[in-house]
Amino acid sequence: MIFNSIGYYSLVFGLFISIYLLFFSLFLYIKGKSNNDLNLNIYHFSLIQLFLVILSFICLILCFILSDFSNETVYYNSHTTKPIFYKIAGAWGNHEGSLLLWLLVLTLFIFLFIIKSKSQPKTYRLLSIFFQQIIITGFFLFLLITSNPFDYLFPIPEEGLGLNPILQDPALVIHPPILYLGYVGSSIIFSSSLAALIENNLGTIWAKHIKNWVFVSWIFLTLGILLGSIWAYYELGWGGFWFWDPVENVSLMPWFSLTALLHTISVLEKRQLLKSWTIILSISTFSLSMSGTFLVRSGILNSIHTFANDPSRGIFILCFLFVLVLLAIFIFFIFQKKITKNSSKSFLASRETAILVNNWFMMFFLSIVLIGTVYPIFLEVINGSKISIGPPFYQKLIVPFLIPFLLFMAVGPKLKWIKDNLNEINLNQIILFIPSIIISYLLVKLYGVSNLFTVPLFGLGFFLFFLTVKDFFSKYSTLSQKISHLGFSLFILSILFNGIFAKEFTSNMKVGDEREFMNKTIKFEDLKIIEKNNYKSLVAKFNVSDNKSSINLMPEVRIYNQPKTLTSEADINSTIYSDNFLVFNVIKDDGYYNVRYQYKPLMMWIWFSVILISTGGILAYFKKND
Amino acid sequence: MIKNIKFIIIILFSLFVFFIFLKGLEKSNNYLPEKTSKKIETNLSANKLYDQKKVSLGELIDNNNFSIINIWASWCLPCREEHVYLINLKKINNLNIIGINYKDDKSNAIRFLSDLGNPYSEVLIDPDGTKSIELGAIGVPETYLVNNKNKEIIKKYIGPLDDKKFQEILKIIKNENN
Amino acid sequence: MKIIKFILYIFIFALLFLNNLTARDSDQVDKISKNLRCLICQGQSVYDSQSDFALSMKVLIQKKINEGKNENEIYDFLKNKYGDWIVYDPEINNNTILLWAIPLILFVFGGILIIRKVSIK
Repeated sequence: MIFNSIGYYSLVFGLFISIYLLFFSLFLYIKGKSNNDLNLNIYHFSLIQLFLVILSFICLILCFILSDFSNETVYYNSHTTKPIFYKIAGAWGNHEGSLLLWLLVLTLFIFLFIIKSKSQPKTYRLLSIFFQQIIITGFFLFLLITSNPFDYLFPIPEEGLGLNPILQDPALVIHPPILYLGYVGSSIIFSSSLAALIENNLGTIWAKHIKNWVFVSWIFLTLGILLGSIWAYYELGWGGFWFWDPVENVSLMPWFSLTALLHTISVLEKRQLLKSWTIILSISTFSLSMSGTFLVRSGILNSIHTFANDPSRGIFILCFLFVLVLLAIFIFFIFQKKITKNSSKSFLASRETAILVNNWFMMFFLSIVLIGTVYPIFLEVINGSKISIGPPFYQKLIVPFLIPFLLFMAVGPKLKWIKDNLNEINLNQIILFIPSIIISYLLVKLYGVSNLFTVPLFGLGFFLFFLTVKDFFSKYSTLSQKISHLGFSLFILSILFNGIFAKEFTSNMKVGDEREFMNKTIKFEDLKIIEKNNYKSLVAKFNVSDNKSSINLMPEVRIYNQPKTLTSEADINSTIYSDNFLVFNVIKDDGYYNVRYQYKPLMMWIWFSVILISTGGILAYFKKND
Repeated sequence: MIKNIKFIIIILFSLFVFFIFLKGLEKSNNYLPEKTSKKIETNLSANKLYDQKKVSLGELIDNNNFSIINIWASWCLPCREEHVYLINLKKINNLNIIGINYKDDKSNAIRFLSDLGNPYSEVLIDPDGTKSIELGAIGVPETYLVNNKNKEIIKKYIGPLDDKKFQEILKIIKNENN
Repeated sequence: MKIIKFILYIFIFALLFLNNLTARDSDQVDKISKNLRCLICQGQSVYDSQSDFALSMKVLIQKKINEGKNENEIYDFLKNKYGDWIVYDPEINNNTILLWAIPLILFVFGGILIIRKVSIK
């Protein structure tokens, strides 16, 4: 009870502080003083603001731990029988709590920004704080007006309505915080870019400074998306990890923009080119994050992941989003004329051009995902037709363009700044084409694989892979870049392998049945029924064996009582060679169960390659700080 | 000058997007397919529950002005709850009610009807659920009000019948009869 | 010399495309059901879903294949019953022409922007 109040009033005080900081920073900026030190009050109040949000967050967690059902959020999302680990996670596994997480990242990042930007001009810092506080104020208002995590419920219920059982999973516990550090973290890039634009502070020093933030945001966003996919794969029981579902797309879109920005910022740093474009990318990354939040929380799109739908929240976020976007557009057009532009062109064969090409493809992929996600909304409003846009659309558009993209990735990172005389494209590299062709030829021959794009993709994936491995022994570029690009080539290869060589088997079986599949025997050995404290559990024991190995898989079906749901938990045996995936479902025929087994080669390499990509980023970040 | 035009275009485009999203919010996000094919599938043929004879839906929708097609199953709890409305519809108007028994066990279905009463003039079986898909159904229970003369689906009810839907059916029938 | 290298590059690249042999038939029912939306689950394909509707749908697809219907005929049949919404692959028609065209137009537009920023000397 008391924590409920403390949590609520912390937010109210936080709101007042954000309004104060908003006006105070603007006031200080307009007043302008000679010394470059930030007024101490700014430091203090930002810290207090952060502290209040942390306090509020802790209070919400405490309400969950104590199963305080007088708190409406706890009531809807928790249950006394839930294990304590998941009670805590329940705090951010719902709409209101996750917005509190938004606020936490927003306030944390502005505070860190204030501490770490001492080398930057004061006016720039003040403006950054100003813009960030606009965002923070908006979120405080959004939270307190439409999505209060501390609403009272009276009379106090005895028991909660329980968290969705699918959300009781360790990966899902860390997925939102990590994702938000990236996703929401792009807010600081937005705010500081607007400030840099107004102050014409767009030189090498600023680029070096903002690069840190871009890296931090990018690393967390990449890892956050990875965790979401891992969770979907291990928990959702369908064996897939990416469905081009709106919520997934919404996290991917800022990633494309941020990756483009990551590359562009080094052009700005080294050559002082592309100032306007850098600002545009910074604005669009966070705008995409905000739009994503709108699309997912307003109920305008339906998806397997959606939070509780509420149009009033949708209207608030929509208006908030457009205020920010219009503000950014205005500022851009007004101040863009005044910045000292470098309008020299870059040479065709140069690193700058290569990065422009990277951006070109990133923006293209971004547009595909963006249009695919929002087009049904537009179509329905304009002429009432309802269509679905699913995986086939995205694959058909993205896959063919991956081919030239991979080719450019093979060439681009090696090019010199300013001008490259192409001496390095020597026979060695073309020789590497040969094993690539041989391998893709073998794949076609042995496995009858084909589709117009698969083979060139394989060939180029291998080519990029061989090239990036070979480049480890050369001085072309930084270690971090090599690792990330190597990771990317592995990513493409493992997705191809996994997609093409995966095999599946479905059948209705009863205990004792055996089936043959792919030279393996799948035996339904046993079924146990166990009553647990908040669900009934059916645990099956399967054995998948051939003359080389024998694997036991124990998938589970859970019948929950609060709310009444049935979930199916797959059992996955993961090795570095392949995953064996098995899931079963209850069907109407008594005694029979629908069994689905999948053989998925190189599954772990998909995760590993993304970790490798992020590792490159982490290395780059720590190197920069030297 | 060009910059100004670009600026205005971008602002206008943003406002356009804003209004589309605003409009989009008003619409329901959970799409339930309404009747897209207005005509009932008269060619659909299935076996009867009681005597295994094959019959086509068109043959059954012949007399009277209206028919009701109701998809049900003995294992479906909401079907149990809506059953009384069907009995009443039969009593009040002597409506031609055709049942489609969905993915059910024959003896369970027969027992269901003997326990709760049989409002159906005929019951067809759909053991694998494919007949219901041919009707355009999503699940069970589902009820269609059909105009016998032009073979069109007047109303499609997804989910069990309740007071409101029951009254609506009565009203439609009364209006047509007058 | 550089031009020769470039041509060599492109030629070998083209070889990759010639590696294609006949397409492999994938399981038809799986392929079709992956492309259909499960109307009960609101977010899963018929292939992935274990709901009644999805299971009936898979049986129906198999029946239609046995009757000799091809993929498009099955999609048309289902669109007639449930609306365009049920198929995940938006076919190119009046409604969707912009959907497919806009990304491609943007790609070309991006290419033009780059060419303007780049000089060959």
